[in-house]
Amino acid sequence: MESLGIIVAFYLLSAIAVGGAIGVFLASDLIRALAFLVLSFVATAGLFLTLSGDFIAIAQILIYAGAIPVLIVFAVMLAPLAGRNNGNGLYLVPGLALGAAVAVTVAFVAVDVEWNELSGALLAERDFATTANAIGNALVGRYVLAFEIASVLLLAALIGAIVLVREDEAT
Amino acid sequence: MSSTLRQGRRRPATRVPPGLMIVGAVFALGFLAANAAIGYVVIDGRLDGQWYDIRDLGFAVQELKAQLDAINDDQPGFLDDIVGQHWMSYAVGALLGAIGILSFIGGALLVLIWVERRLIGRMQIRRGPNRVGPYGLLQPVADAVKLIQKEVLTPDGADRILFLLPPAIIFVPMMTAWGPVPWAPNMAYLDINVGVLYLIAVSSLTTLAVFLAGWSSNNHYALLGSMRTVAMMISYEIPLSIALLSVVLITGSMQLSEIVQWQADHNLWLIALLPIAMVTYFFSSTAELNRTPNDIAEAESEIVAGFHTEYSGMKFGLFYAVELGNALLVATLVATFFLGGWSLFGLEEWIPGYLILFAKLSAAYFVLVWLRGTLPRFRLDQLMRFAWQYLIPLSLFNLLIVAIEASLLARWDAPGLVTLGLFTVVNWGAAYILFRDWARRIGYQPDAGGPRRAELTQQVGGIEAAHRMGTAT
Amino acid sequence: MTVDLAHYLTVSGLLFGVGISIALAKRNAIAVLMGIELMLNAVNLSFLSFSRFSGAFAIKDNPLDGHVFVVFVLTVAAAEAAVALALSVLIYRRRETVDLDRINLLRW
Repeated sequence: MESLGIIVAFYLLSAIAVGGAIGVFLASDLIRALAFLVLSFVATAGLFLTLSGDFIAIAQILIYAGAIPVLIVFAVMLAPLAGRNNGNGLYLVPGLALGAAVAVTVAFVAVDVEWNELSGALLAERDFATTANAIGNALVGRYVLAFEIASVLLLAALIGAIVLVREDEAT
Repeated sequence: MSSTLRQGRRRPATRVPPGLMIVGAVFALGFLAANAAIGYVVIDGRLDGQWYDIRDLGFAVQELKAQLDAINDDQPGFLDDIVGQHWMSYAVGALLGAIGILSFIGGALLVLIWVERRLIGRMQIRRGPNRVGPYGLLQPVADAVKLIQKEVLTPDGADRILFLLPPAIIFVPMMTAWGPVPWAPNMAYLDINVGVLYLIAVSSLTTLAVFLAGWSSNNHYALLGSMRTVAMMISYEIPLSIALLSVVLITGSMQLSEIVQWQADHNLWLIALLPIAMVTYFFSSTAELNRTPNDIAEAESEIVAGFHTEYSGMKFGLFYAVELGNALLVATLVATFFLGGWSLFGLEEWIPGYLILFAKLSAAYFVLVWLRGTLPRFRLDQLMRFAWQYLIPLSLFNLLIVAIEASLLARWDAPGLVTLGLFTVVNWGAAYILFRDWARRIGYQPDAGGPRRAELTQQVGGIEAAHRMGTAT
Repeated sequence: MTVDLAHYLTVSGLLFGVGISIALAKRNAIAVLMGIELMLNAVNLSFLSFSRFSGAFAIKDNPLDGHVFVVFVLTVAAAEAAVALALSVLIYRRRETVDLDRINLLRW
């Protein structure tokens, strides 16, 4: 963590990630909001890289920048122009207040608490060159039950989504 | 449908200021100069007094990086404290790789435009470009000049920012996807452990750029084209990923250089072991390319030009270049995954690896051009049905077979070649049965009538027929 | 000057706060979904940063537990997005709107 590159990358990527998220809030149009969302996700993938999570970073790009925006695009395009309005609803003030409260609280806790942090050589042990192998082993070893349940969940979501939007052929 | 478009208001046309063009020209010249200088240093072997063969370009770069690291270690300057150790070798390596990839793609694009049009002309019994320069060789230059001169329009009511972005951001996946490709044993720009996943992730970014292009144009045809693209891409990404998954299962690595090394070690190209995966991968990636058998996204007889209907001038040129570059990338990846990459049964000791890879990717590219020149366009529903009813079940069957074989390979201590030979025979048998019977299962009827062979061209005419009849001028 | 756990957690908290604001304040069901995705993303970030920096957990034998958790979160996020978007399409089809302030059948 000593090198300047990581520090610059951290601040730059955090600025892009948070700025993109704020852009999602401020954008007037849903598709623009989507573009900001993808920007934020890609920047977060960069943050994952600075945490030496290469597999997670690429999976993040694959899912959050590739798959979910496409789903959102489909949902947006199935609604007409009025459905693309990114306006604020009845809960604007409470929502903003709660968001600000959560952000301030988390930031305060993060800065204030004396975290039991690794440093020096112990931290350098976590500089993984690769994580894909270890994650794969953990998934089919220690976490195999959760892995299977997650796959069943995905299957259920797939079938559920199809059943939900299926046109009723009988009528 | 009209409710989906925005009303626009008129804006004055914008022109590219001449200063920008001068800056661009200076940038291009500087790029060329840097390219030449680094090429000179590397090839001339000024590094440590030794002369490097051009075929060892990969090793020369390794040597250069080692030298730079040594210099770094000898005199750790203040930059070492700030930027980190060995920053020089990182910087030079990145620069070399970027320049190599950029100049390869730039040069290849210029040549490929000509090659492709001539080849298709040949296949369709016409001449192709033959007016500009000898044999029409300067046609790409003429095209580029024409595109640069054209006015870049922004349609009324277009979302101006989102309209500006896609030609630029669609370039990023195409360029970055070239990173993990190994050109020779030590010649890979970005040899990461999760290379295959990286390729899938990066290429899925294209979808969004295409969608934004079509949506922001404020044009029905563009919107239709982009929706078609999105639907097609999410359909074809599934068989593509599953085909690559079987490659990963057999070779036991997601690193592209390891995959090629596996093929070189076993003297066996994966096309022999995984024919179904090869065909599935090839066809799904041609579908993602938007090229003619599958170019429903820009079908000019149906929806004008699809998602880039409203793009003109150099913005259109960028889309065109990305399309060609992606085709070249697919050819390269097919050559890397299934045709052995830089390996050629021991001949890579004598022939530079990147030349072998180039030969293989040219062969794969020729097949792409061949498909484009001969097949008619699919309909949207045909293409979708082909993905969901044919390619996905087949690739799932293939994944099952390959998973069993991979676990057997991991368990058996049998001599590798015999086992692999057995698997090859089994897989080709399975491929034959699956390809044949699954097509009949989903309703393909080969004997339902219609011409079995295309004999029409020779009866009707064309250049070939004219030659045969002796009436050509 | 270093970047440590507190920095990453602060960014994560900011992302979470913006996400919660979007999820509550927006009228469009799809925008609400975007907010939820942002919140999940912030949680992923904090998982990874704990996994890297924290010495509090006995994860010496398996230092990648945070990464595995993130994989599960990604899975759940994908499933959730698919179902939620299907629901919003369905609601649009039935009620001709995705405006959450007008989808108030269950309010009283």
